[in-house]
Amino acid sequence: MDKYMEMVRIRFLMMLAYRTNYYTGILIYAINIAAYYFLWSAIYGGKSSMQGMSLGQMTTYVAISWLARAFYFNNLDREIAMEIRDGKVAVELIRPYSYLGMKAVQGLGEGLFRLFFLSLPGLLVVSLFLPLQFPGHAKTWLSFGLSLLFSFIIFSELNLLAGVVTFFTFRNEGLLRAKRFIIDLFSGLILPLSFYPDWAQRAMMYFPFQAISYIPSMIITESFKGAAVRDGLLLQATWCIVLLFPIGWLWRAAKKRLVVQGG
Amino acid sequence: MNAIEVEHLRKEFKVHISRSGLVGAFRDLWTRRYTLVRAVDDISFAVKQGEIVGYIGENGAGKSTTIKMLTGILTPTSGRIVVNGMNPHKEREKFVRTIGVVFGQRSQLWWDIAVQESFRLLKKVYRVSDEQYRRHMGEVIEMLEIGPLLDKPVRKLSLGQRMRCELAAALIHNPPLLFLDEPTIGLDVLVKLNIRQFLKQLNERYGTTILLTTHDMSDIEALCERVIMLDEGKIIYDGSLERLKERWGQGKRVAFTFAEAVTAAFLQQLTEGLGVAWKKGEQSNVWVAHVPPGGVPEVVSRVAARCALQDIRIHEVPTEEIVRNIYEEGAVRG
Repeated sequence: MDKYMEMVRIRFLMMLAYRTNYYTGILIYAINIAAYYFLWSAIYGGKSSMQGMSLGQMTTYVAISWLARAFYFNNLDREIAMEIRDGKVAVELIRPYSYLGMKAVQGLGEGLFRLFFLSLPGLLVVSLFLPLQFPGHAKTWLSFGLSLLFSFIIFSELNLLAGVVTFFTFRNEGLLRAKRFIIDLFSGLILPLSFYPDWAQRAMMYFPFQAISYIPSMIITESFKGAAVRDGLLLQATWCIVLLFPIGWLWRAAKKRLVVQGG
Repeated sequence: MNAIEVEHLRKEFKVHISRSGLVGAFRDLWTRRYTLVRAVDDISFAVKQGEIVGYIGENGAGKSTTIKMLTGILTPTSGRIVVNGMNPHKEREKFVRTIGVVFGQRSQLWWDIAVQESFRLLKKVYRVSDEQYRRHMGEVIEMLEIGPLLDKPVRKLSLGQRMRCELAAALIHNPPLLFLDEPTIGLDVLVKLNIRQFLKQLNERYGTTILLTTHDMSDIEALCERVIMLDEGKIIYDGSLERLKERWGQGKRVAFTFAEAVTAAFLQQLTEGLGVAWKKGEQSNVWVAHVPPGGVPEVVSRVAARCALQDIRIHEVPTEEIVRNIYEEGAVRG
């Protein structure tokens, strides 16, 4: 456990080495959120609610989705792909730790850094300008926290899965880009899932994407209540566990196929 | 006890062949053709504890592939490997605690953070106690003279400084077995000397077994009593460096600098019956005689009697050349 904590620390140090990225990061997130706010006010156009969400809830939904994304988002897939492409994976495999486990922990370090140094200040800045509605219940916040942790786990698992595919294909930038876009679209980041047509909503029940962004955002805006919160969390937990199997299976196959490039 | 035991080890790679031209590129989209390349082809050897073994071969001979199998990174196609009493890729996480590895072409320190932060992480990773760390690493840091570098980020180090830090990083857990894959590549002479001296001390003090690949024969000469030579995935020589030299490097090189131009035919005729081969040297009027054992005085006296000489130099056949000769002939005679 010690070594994993140490890795979180190292990741913090590495993020601090490139601070400027993160100042611009805050700005980009603020612009994104503001743009979505204006878009949605135009769409609502005076209507008090759409699909059971008020404009205030919608604004909060968008702001929270983007700020949550700062926490769960990471580039583990690209990092793995790069390490395989330039052969650095060899160095990782001579260390007495689980390669994928260590990668996940690095993602967590990065996520925590962004949560504290990007999301929270970003949220403060945004709440000065936009009418965000935050729930008063401690229970909602607690559920949201748990839900966000699940989001991170599911997102990272998908990334590890995509990264491990590189062991077989060597070049899969296209695949990784497609995966990223699909997640942004189907996770409910851009549009809440309740706005999708019924058939699309039903189809998405079978994919893990909504567990990444839609569920935590619905919880914090209190669009989910009571049993819906519990079901949402259960669904997330299930995906966390289900996704472990293909990762384990692919990883075992991948190690046999590994070719270390460049000497 | 043997630190490394390898029997009938083999590694095959599937290599995709690209068809040529645009049409070929389109056909590659549908079906790909593969050939099977044997990077390591049925090799067996054992390394005793405390030995320093040089593992040499041309580029692509299979050295790095072997090292990667011995360190548990690659899975062998077939054959048996036992290193430190374990099967490297089966028990990878437990196994790698007992080895240290340096890849000369690849950094294992974190690029953007200070060297000591990397050390600190590795110390945690290998569960080294503070007490052990202070004692052992104190020595290593002193011997490699890297104390002043510890608080600098890796990207600010020169190659020589970085390589010494890499070496220290590989030794944090004081492993009984050390793999070095081209540790002196691209380094200047002083750093090379420092590293060689350090490796020798390490071997003497802790009995560390070292397996080293290199293209620099002076590394091998300075460190290894035993060499294993690889060509196209097969072992073509395994034995002492001395024996290799005796068998292949018999005789001496005598370089004559003549006062005036001479011809090869003239020199050949002069040393008729002595079995001498003449080659033109790199400078003008320099000729090098490859003389069989015991023939040097006779050759020198015959040449000196007939020609005006400016200089005579006598060398052993350098190991580089021995190795080159072996590769050119492809197999070891005798």
